[in-house]
Amino acid sequence: MSVHASEETLYGLMAEFETPGELVAAARKTRLAGFKKFDAYCPYPLHELDEAMDLHDNRVSKCTLIGGLLGCIGGFSLASWVSAVAWPLNIGGRPLISIPMFIPVTFECTILIGGLTAAFSMLIMNGLPSPYHPVFNVERFVNASRSKFFICIESDDEKFDRRRTEEFLLSLNPEEVAEVAE
Amino acid sequence: MSQPVELPDQIHVGTVIDESHSLASVSDKVGGIVLRRKITLGWVFGLLISFAVLQNLMAGATWLLLKGVGVWGINIPVGWGFAIINFVWWIGIGHAGTLISAILLLLNQSWRNAINRFAEAMTLFAVMCAGMFPVLHTGRPWLAYWLLPIPNTMSMWPQFRSPLLWDVFAVTTYLTISAVFWYVGLLPDLATLRDSAKSKTSQVIYGALSMGWRNSARHWQRYEKASLLLAGLATPLVVSVHTVVSFDFAVSIIPGWHTTIFPPYFVAGAIYSGFAMVLTLMIPVRKFYGLDDIITMRHLNNMAKVTLATALIVGYGYCFEAFFGYFSADTYEKFMIWNRMTGPYAPFYWMLILCNIITPQFLWSKKIRTSPGILWCISIVVNIGMWLERFVIVVTSLHRDFLPSSWGMYWPTIWDWAVYTGTLGLFMTLIFLFVRVLPMITIFELRMLLPGASVKEPVAQ
Repeated sequence: MSVHASEETLYGLMAEFETPGELVAAARKTRLAGFKKFDAYCPYPLHELDEAMDLHDNRVSKCTLIGGLLGCIGGFSLASWVSAVAWPLNIGGRPLISIPMFIPVTFECTILIGGLTAAFSMLIMNGLPSPYHPVFNVERFVNASRSKFFICIESDDEKFDRRRTEEFLLSLNPEEVAEVAE
Repeated sequence: MSQPVELPDQIHVGTVIDESHSLASVSDKVGGIVLRRKITLGWVFGLLISFAVLQNLMAGATWLLLKGVGVWGINIPVGWGFAIINFVWWIGIGHAGTLISAILLLLNQSWRNAINRFAEAMTLFAVMCAGMFPVLHTGRPWLAYWLLPIPNTMSMWPQFRSPLLWDVFAVTTYLTISAVFWYVGLLPDLATLRDSAKSKTSQVIYGALSMGWRNSARHWQRYEKASLLLAGLATPLVVSVHTVVSFDFAVSIIPGWHTTIFPPYFVAGAIYSGFAMVLTLMIPVRKFYGLDDIITMRHLNNMAKVTLATALIVGYGYCFEAFFGYFSADTYEKFMIWNRMTGPYAPFYWMLILCNIITPQFLWSKKIRTSPGILWCISIVVNIGMWLERFVIVVTSLHRDFLPSSWGMYWPTIWDWAVYTGTLGLFMTLIFLFVRVLPMITIFELRMLLPGASVKEPVAQ
């Protein structure tokens, strides 16, 4: 425990773990204990955590599908509008909307818009860029991007109680439990 | 996700990462190259040489803009000289990066983790070099926006039935998606650099670039999804880009270009030259930065195998080009292939066969695949061979087409060489800067390869 923050300025309590196995087990117990507003921190994507924390956010995929479809429709419409409305060229009576010749542009637009949607929807749903976040106030948290594993239970969780939550976190056998100042 | 298929031990050449590494040590080693390693004389020397060569581009482009495309060797009948040769060559080189980062990700080839960042950077820089050529080839680059479908006072629009317009869409999409994919991949590593940086300046710069990434599990879940989706989209994209480039040729009626084999043959050639370039760059980097515990013999061996496989596909393409010419019963096609093999550019053709078909056969030997020096020499030969291939395709088809009265010859001028070598300088300058300012290996994906990274849950109490 480094600094004793008052209840209002407390963002949450953070426990540190040594191995990914301990983190996954702790995350599962935290969820089963009824906490909703908590997060695990891991220096690389850990698929077991998705199951342990019951994470199944599919919105990025859905947005990408919509983006891709819009790109597809947009690309084809652009080619058709330009070739049939804005600048029609009658070349030996060939059709103005020449579908096979419009496929490459349609395809590239699908990929372009779909790909950009995938990247940007991920960033937006993750709330990035976020220049400040309370978890960075914990000194040892720099190791979250290197070699250590963390769980933070946030103080605005309904079940959060400073003393009992601390006892709960200590029962998970962490290396250390720290307060996270707002 | 399913586990990668385990091959029998005798097929493996060592591991994908040295077993002595831990989560902390890989972060420190790769991050340390950027944050703690002193700037060495060798690096300064290399950068200066590259930067000096880059000045050729400035001189070449300036003279071109002053005088017009007449300073190049292009003429009628050969209107597509170095500009198109180098465009196709550079774009092709870029393809290996996307193949490694996207296709091998979807195929669950974990060995790619150590080389994908570098290969993607190579892709970006190669596409930048490639993009230079068509724009300069227009002769009036300040009007390059005419290529885009935007409303204008001439009330004219681009031709959507033209492969040249498809190129504009394919190449800009490729550059954009490659850049986005690369940056998304960089986010967690930039956060690592931010957290381990000691100086305020580095902390602020990497902090801003990392967008406040904090390794949250909820973020990782969406991040993984977005990465997979980007990989899934980039995979058909990379195939489509060189296909569209080959359409520039195949949609025309020039003998030797008007063939349906062009798209797959171009894509295979692109991957072939790209892997050769990855080897050309990675072997020295691995040596100078002491990364042989991360980029292991296994990587070199695997990349050499891909090079060999694509060499065989390209070889198949050459055989069938010759066969189609002979079998077409078309005077012009027959003459084209005969002229290619025995005409004034025959030495180029046979050199290309030597570089692209004969030389890579050495890669059948495991001993050669695992000797970095020899592998590096072979990769250089392949790079030259693929450049010759583009030269032969562009020049031999154009210089003698249907009417003997309009035959001609093409030789590059000093200004052609200035622009070409200038882009090589640009490419190398960017590579030199990249290895010092960004982590050249994807740290977070390396962590996933470590034995300590897998989950062994303690027994529940």
